[in-house]
Amino acid sequence: MNKTLLILKQEYLKRVKKKSFIVLTLLIPFLFAGMFALIIYLSINNDKEERTIAVYDESQLFLGELEQEGYTTFHFIPEEEYEHLKSNLKGSEFYALLYIPANIYSANVARLLSVKQVPIELSEQIERKLSRFIENDKRMKVVEETGIPDLEDRLAATRTSVKLSTLKISESGETKKSSSTIAFIASYAMGFIIYFFVFMYGSMVMRSVMEEKKSRIIEVIISSVKPIQLMAGKIIGTALVGLTQVAIWVVLGIMALTVVQGLFTPESAQQMGQSIMESQQAMNPAVSQAAGQNQVAEVLEMIGNLNLPLILFAFVFYFLIGYLMYSSLLGAVGAAVDSDEDAQQLVFPVTIPLILSIMLLFPIARNPEGPVAFWGSIIPFTSPVAMLARVPYGIPAWELILSMVLLLLTTVGTIWVAAKIYRTGILMYGKKVNLRELIKWVRYKS
Amino acid sequence: MEFFSAKHVDKVFATTKALSDVSISVNQQSIFGLLGPNGAGKTTLIRIINQITAPDSGEIFLEGHKLKASDVARIGYLPEERGLYKKMKIGEQAIYLAQLKGLSKHDATRNLKHWFEKFEIMPWWNKKIEELSKGMQQKVQFITTVVHKPKLLIFDEPFSGFDPINANLLKKEILQLRDEGATIIFSTHNMSSVEELCDHIALINKSEKIVDGPTDEIRQRYKQNIFEVKYRGNYEEVEKNLGQKMKILAHSEEKNENRIKIQFLNGDSNNQLIQTLLPVAEIVSFEEIIPGMNDVFITAVEESNKSKTN
Repeated sequence: MNKTLLILKQEYLKRVKKKSFIVLTLLIPFLFAGMFALIIYLSINNDKEERTIAVYDESQLFLGELEQEGYTTFHFIPEEEYEHLKSNLKGSEFYALLYIPANIYSANVARLLSVKQVPIELSEQIERKLSRFIENDKRMKVVEETGIPDLEDRLAATRTSVKLSTLKISESGETKKSSSTIAFIASYAMGFIIYFFVFMYGSMVMRSVMEEKKSRIIEVIISSVKPIQLMAGKIIGTALVGLTQVAIWVVLGIMALTVVQGLFTPESAQQMGQSIMESQQAMNPAVSQAAGQNQVAEVLEMIGNLNLPLILFAFVFYFLIGYLMYSSLLGAVGAAVDSDEDAQQLVFPVTIPLILSIMLLFPIARNPEGPVAFWGSIIPFTSPVAMLARVPYGIPAWELILSMVLLLLTTVGTIWVAAKIYRTGILMYGKKVNLRELIKWVRYKS
Repeated sequence: MEFFSAKHVDKVFATTKALSDVSISVNQQSIFGLLGPNGAGKTTLIRIINQITAPDSGEIFLEGHKLKASDVARIGYLPEERGLYKKMKIGEQAIYLAQLKGLSKHDATRNLKHWFEKFEIMPWWNKKIEELSKGMQQKVQFITTVVHKPKLLIFDEPFSGFDPINANLLKKEILQLRDEGATIIFSTHNMSSVEELCDHIALINKSEKIVDGPTDEIRQRYKQNIFEVKYRGNYEEVEKNLGQKMKILAHSEEKNENRIKIQFLNGDSNNQLIQTLLPVAEIVSFEEIIPGMNDVFITAVEESNKSKTN
């Protein structure tokens, strides 16, 4: 059997057979799903606390109008009690104290006193309630004064709310429903997954190289195989572990989707869709404006309208090549050092571009065509993460090709450099390595 | 018959010379001792033979043809700095290493079982290396070096980490491997094992080969005309008779026997010594002292260092 293949198989089986691999692979989707479910649950069922608010209504307008609102009860009190409560709110039965001044109609200001910080939903709720009442009251007066019949209904009919439905025109001229929210989520998720994988599996290669160097088995191994074969087997074997993990997740994901689709009737799906959208709106109103009324079916349609084959292709390409680039460099780092502490020092400069590319995710999501997104996805060291974050929004073919070619060329270069460092480093003990030393190694003849 | 040779090998690392014009020739089925002080260049030469590094110039021949990549399957190498995968099971690991040397899984398993039984370590097959003592690890390491039946074996300090009993076991195995047809290159600082095992040696100092030849011949070459004589008779008279021509290095008296170590100062012959002694002493034994490898090593290296500084 070919020796590279032998090493590849060994590295692959060693990792896949580990209990921790199996457990983590099965657990991670549940952890993520659980985390997501928890966030949704918390944002939907955010505020269920029953509160009683004392109201001192100087204007004398709201008695009987403010009573019960969701979990909030309003209790009207006279002036003396208000004065008393003002200094004794803490320890009283009331959560907060609402003061409606006599001039509320002209000044449009009321006051809410509380001991604890009032949740934003509650203060907005009270604001809404007061505004609505005053608005109605004023309108009624206008209706009475002018005497135009049906004015109230006609005014009500003028209320308009425009929803923006975003469509994208593809190159073939078709229009497809797109959602910036879905693209945003996909973009972020893709960027993170690539980052996570490149980092995790790159470090795995590094640790594996260090283990061979530290245990001193390396000299025996490279008297049997060429260092480049060893390195190649190790890197490819580890990449296959990553792909295996992704494959398991894809299968699990499809299974989960099928189950979910079977489980939910259209109505419950609709409800859930709405609550998800609302919660997103609450979390980040700027981003999900357009998605307000979307429902699960529509969400699924829009997921379908993302260019999934392209995304999958880009994911595999950028994962593999990005991983190849970083893992060869990290492997060289593992070969150059004797101890974990030294490794930390060298890992940092190597992984700075990777960390930087994670910080680019947000600017890219805000403006996928902007200069940050463009350069981030063209420069090879950040492109694996940055380009994947752009692909869900759609990308001009020439940019994608340019980025891929540049990444490939750079990767060939880093592998060449890494191989030089690797073959010198693995047999070098007790030498403190710095950048100058590494450059010297690169210049050595074999 | 020559089995292996290195011809005019040069190697420079950055600014330091590791090997300059080193040539060695190793006969088939012999044990060749590669000696030298620390940092002389032995490990570099061994790594060149194993194709771990390439020489700057010079050539390596194995059985008459130039060394090629596939020859690694014919070489077994036990490096001085050695180790195994700590977390891997011993059997699995040994099979993997044998496969890397080109054995099929089936052959590897069969050969390994044979060796494991021979060394009585079969019960360890499914243990991890980190569970074993250092001596046990060395045994496993030795087996992985020889399992693919290499024609050329290279041992770098093979006895380090072994207790005397296991070292002896190993010595026997090495001799048996030679008798079964293997050619062995052996590097060590343990000079008594060199005397015991090596048919031929080369001594490298500061990147240059300074001594090369059959072990016995070299010891002869480094004799310093020192003799040990046991006799019955008066020590003072003997001393007087020997005069200025010979130097007495040591003297001891036991019962009525004297024992002296004498060094000739100028080309006197054995007969002259005997003639000088006969009138005053009754000779019990007379023996020329052949220097041990230890003395040869020290003398040769010191001479070479002196001539280099001059």
